[in-house]
Amino acid sequence: MASTIPVKIEFTGGLEILFSHQRSHKIALPSSDPSTNQPANVGFLIDWLCKNLMKDPREDMFVLEGTVRPGILVLINDADWELEGQEAYELQAGDEVVFVSTLHGG
Amino acid sequence: MQPLHLLDSQVRSLRQQVQSTETQLRNLKIQLQQAEQQCEAARQLEEAWAGGFPHEWINETLAALSPEAHQAVGQESQPQSTHGRWPLESEEYKRYGRQMILPEVGLHGQLRLKKARVLIVGAGGLGCPAAAYLAGAGVGTLGLVDGDTVEISNLHRQVAHGTDRVGMSKVDSAVEYLTSLNPRVNYQRHPYHLTPQTAISLFEQYDLVLDCTDHPTSRYLISDTCVLTSKPLVSASALKTEGQLIVLNNPPLPPGSSNGGPCYRCVFPRPPPADSVLSCGEGGILGPVVGLMGVLQALEAIKLLTAQPSPSSTLEPPKPTLLIFSAYSTPPFRSVRLRTRRADCAACSSVASITSQSLTSGSLDYVAFCGGTSPLDLLPPHARVSAAEFARQPRDGTNTLIDVRDETQYSMCALRGSVNVPWTGDAESWAQAAALREEISAAGKACYVVCRMGNDSQLAARALMERGLGADGGVRHIEGGFRAWREEVDPGWPEY
Ligand SMILES: [Zn+2]
Repeated sequence: MASTIPVKIEFTGGLEILFSHQRSHKIALPSSDPSTNQPANVGFLIDWLCKNLMKDPREDMFVLEGTVRPGILVLINDADWELEGQEAYELQAGDEVVFVSTLHGG
Repeated sequence: MQPLHLLDSQVRSLRQQVQSTETQLRNLKIQLQQAEQQCEAARQLEEAWAGGFPHEWINETLAALSPEAHQAVGQESQPQSTHGRWPLESEEYKRYGRQMILPEVGLHGQLRLKKARVLIVGAGGLGCPAAAYLAGAGVGTLGLVDGDTVEISNLHRQVAHGTDRVGMSKVDSAVEYLTSLNPRVNYQRHPYHLTPQTAISLFEQYDLVLDCTDHPTSRYLISDTCVLTSKPLVSASALKTEGQLIVLNNPPLPPGSSNGGPCYRCVFPRPPPADSVLSCGEGGILGPVVGLMGVLQALEAIKLLTAQPSPSSTLEPPKPTLLIFSAYSTPPFRSVRLRTRRADCAACSSVASITSQSLTSGSLDYVAFCGGTSPLDLLPPHARVSAAEFARQPRDGTNTLIDVRDETQYSMCALRGSVNVPWTGDAESWAQAAALREEISAAGKACYVVCRMGNDSQLAARALMERGLGADGGVRHIEGGFRAWREEVDPGWPEY
């Protein structure tokens, strides 16, 4: 039995539609990426979410060209993931990752 | 070589020392700032007591009172007396007194507001409340840009317009409202859509810009222009029950200065796919949600404008943050740290490709950059009917009308006998849901598919056809959806 780490996930800005219309999720993420045997990082998390949590088949509304599509901000513990190393950030138990789609209405 | 555990504890102890020294330094800076403020306040009090106002204010105060401050944008307001003992007129003390007695504003802050020129792009759900609070606060010059006219569907959220001004230019309507709120402000009307060719010369006439528009094309154009003209930008957006707010290009240092605040392109270097962008008309918008975001824009603008311009400031530059509001989440507000300027940003870095020249020459095509959406045209002619044609079909049970709008809209208004199978965005899952409905899967029936505007119905009709559902009776979509139904058949159908 592979070990898992608890991670909080939130979708906002309309992305929740792709995930059963539910904004907040508590997931148990495998603590390492079986394809590389490396500790689970955010790149692995995004892939895992597509395969395990996304209920909508429109994957291109979430990922494009191997990363989140343009117009989505990824926040790791309330900071832009670019401050934390983007895909390479290794997840810790209790981390919160928020996916925000930009809004344009006004 | 020391044993590992000793080195470890040495590292830990050094780290603790660094941390506590940093905390101490932070506290000292805060104390210094407070002391400076107290010192300034004490001096002001002493000199006000003497019946005048402080020496170091004289230049700024006189500049605020001189007619030249307004001439840059034409149209001079009331000639103002530069005589008298007090820098503001007596009505202004009454009108603005409730905010001036706050230490964050004070007389000095009020004079800065009076001197300020603020441009609001978009006089809609964000622009109306933002303009109202800035006019109320006594901003000297307020410019409004919008090429649209007032529609009745705007009024639940665009609070500066009114029922009797439907059809009027939004800029004129807003200025009418604002003038009644505060006639002392110099309002500048720009009743057209912002274009790359004219944006720079317009922005140059202002000190601060508010992006109150509703599309990625204008958001990139406004941000680029703010970078090129060195104006801070307060940007907000809202949709459905959520809103976002960012202060960009603050401080507004020239391209290549890494200490300047990030621009829109630093945060979003690539635009979202055009089909992922929903407008308020398509997605819906709750009035107070967009209103809140507009009010917050006015607040950020007031904070920026009244801030003490102090080169000797011991404060670090503001940390870029994004405020996210979600009306139905707990807690509803979330503030997140954003990145600083991007070293390879197309607009604000030292390798920027966007220049004043590329903007004014019109060589930058913002619509193409963001990707236009063309009207859907998926089906062959035999699979389309007009709303009028559909109205002539017999109502004898030989056909089925499939309404693919969501349940919320279906429960607002629907045609009797229609079957509601909300479009899911995905052909496979939708066709599965449709196949479960007896009225659709029954042999020999003609299927008509309808939606609000005539796009989803094409996708749904194609999903049926590709899976052979309803094949023997034929599948058709109703062109233009219920909008066409209202125009061609039933004028009493609710327009929403
Ligand atoms: Zn930039």
